[in-house]
Amino acid sequence: MSVLWDQQIIALLSGIVGLLVLGSAVGLVLDRRVQTDSGRLVVANLNARVRAWWVMTAVFVAALATGGIGSVILFGLTSFIALREFITLTPTHRADHRTLFWAFFVFVPIQYYLVATHWYGLFVIFIPVYAFLFVPVRSVLAGDTQDFLARTAKIQWGLMVAVYCVSHAPALLMLQIPGYEGENAKLLLYLIVVVQLSDVLQYVFGKTLGRHKIVPNVSPNKTWEGTVGGIAAATLVGALLWWATPFSPWEAAGIALIANLAGFAGGLCMSAIKRDRGIKDFGTLIEGHGGVMDRIDSLCFAAPLFFHVVRYSYT
Amino acid sequence: MSEAPVYSPPPRHWTAAFGAGLLVTLTRLVAGAQARWVGAAPASIQRVYFANHSSHLDALVLWAALPPGLRACTRPVAAADYWDRPGLRGWIARKLLNAVLVDRSSARGGREALTRLSEALAEGASLILFPEGTRGDGITIGELKPGLYFVAKERPDLELVPVYLQNLCRILPKGEILPVPLLGSSTFGPPIHLEPGEGRRAFLDRARNALIALGGQP
Repeated sequence: MSVLWDQQIIALLSGIVGLLVLGSAVGLVLDRRVQTDSGRLVVANLNARVRAWWVMTAVFVAALATGGIGSVILFGLTSFIALREFITLTPTHRADHRTLFWAFFVFVPIQYYLVATHWYGLFVIFIPVYAFLFVPVRSVLAGDTQDFLARTAKIQWGLMVAVYCVSHAPALLMLQIPGYEGENAKLLLYLIVVVQLSDVLQYVFGKTLGRHKIVPNVSPNKTWEGTVGGIAAATLVGALLWWATPFSPWEAAGIALIANLAGFAGGLCMSAIKRDRGIKDFGTLIEGHGGVMDRIDSLCFAAPLFFHVVRYSYT
Repeated sequence: MSEAPVYSPPPRHWTAAFGAGLLVTLTRLVAGAQARWVGAAPASIQRVYFANHSSHLDALVLWAALPPGLRACTRPVAAADYWDRPGLRGWIARKLLNAVLVDRSSARGGREALTRLSEALAEGASLILFPEGTRGDGITIGELKPGLYFVAKERPDLELVPVYLQNLCRILPKGEILPVPLLGSSTFGPPIHLEPGEGRRAFLDRARNALIALGGQP
């Protein structure tokens, strides 16, 4: 599958590289101009984020270039690391050890095997039904009843958010859309671009115009100005990129809006978990961003909605 | 009590050097092995790192968390009954970790173990010690054995750096063979010394509290 030679993919990638060059240039200028110490910290973090974006883009494009299997493997590893960060932060008991082993080394591979083999029927129920039921059974066999419901729920949540939800992004490759055969990689790229751009634009609007906090108890960085501005701008970009999708411009706007609202909700819910645990980031793997879970929190909520809207309306 | 020479680790076969690199990478993959230097900075001076003990991975993780330069001159003190086995485990302990293997089973094991520690310290090596003596449940930190006190008394010039190892008991708890790849971390706290006139019990309690202050539970 020579995905990369599609002209529309090249156009999308050129746009991304253009944005990254712009980001690096802005970072360079700000680095020269910044005067205060607190400003210097913000600019240093901005530049770290842009650098990490270059790396993430390169990895993602390389995976996309291999056709389907590379994307499935990349998202499988992403899920694995995100689950690792999630479970590390949500305390489990000694009795959950074997259950966790199953979660990491059996459920993650099986879920992505189902994506790779386009086995939709099992893909869509494997974790919500089978893993959901297996987790408490395996834990109860270890004989520890203390906090049983909470422990079980934490593992189920981790599997749902970090594995099941994320796997809907590469699952876009299995959809059979009439008139769009063999072009699904663009749909995946489109989802990632719109959702991540929404995050970036919410950050940019928030840093420049942000005044009124939405839920200061959960996320002090989320403001009405940043969120509305970022989501509106990312939705507009989503509409303008309609040519890369099976959608009409208005449909693209609607679907991008759904993905962005879901993404916002995802960011908020994951922030609440971090707040509750008293930490700022899930991990340290991605410089400037925190952990993998911090980077994909919005994708976790956006991917399943995007997948099902497209599947219901276009296949 | 005399100043020890700068430690020169024994020459390593290339397979051992390669194996050591692989071991560090593997440890980081499986257990995260993030290092947080909150009370001490990495420095190439002779030190004794002492840590809480809940997993067979502890020595490996602490060792892998050190910068490469320090790793070469830092020797984990490990139980001979677990590590001194023919085959891979013994090779890892002797050739890769350059561990000081001590016998904790026999009646006179205690004294012999202290002799081993003294010898290693006299050669100038830094040590990794687990003064609880045996793996705990991973939740609370047990009473410390006197070994650390004797080291502190014999070498008052050394920095004793408390290290709190987090999550290792969840990655590979006692009695499990298969690890779950969570993110472990090593937190290095401010060094302690034996105060003049400080008794054994008081010192060991203070050392234990230093571990608790870094995140452990009493």
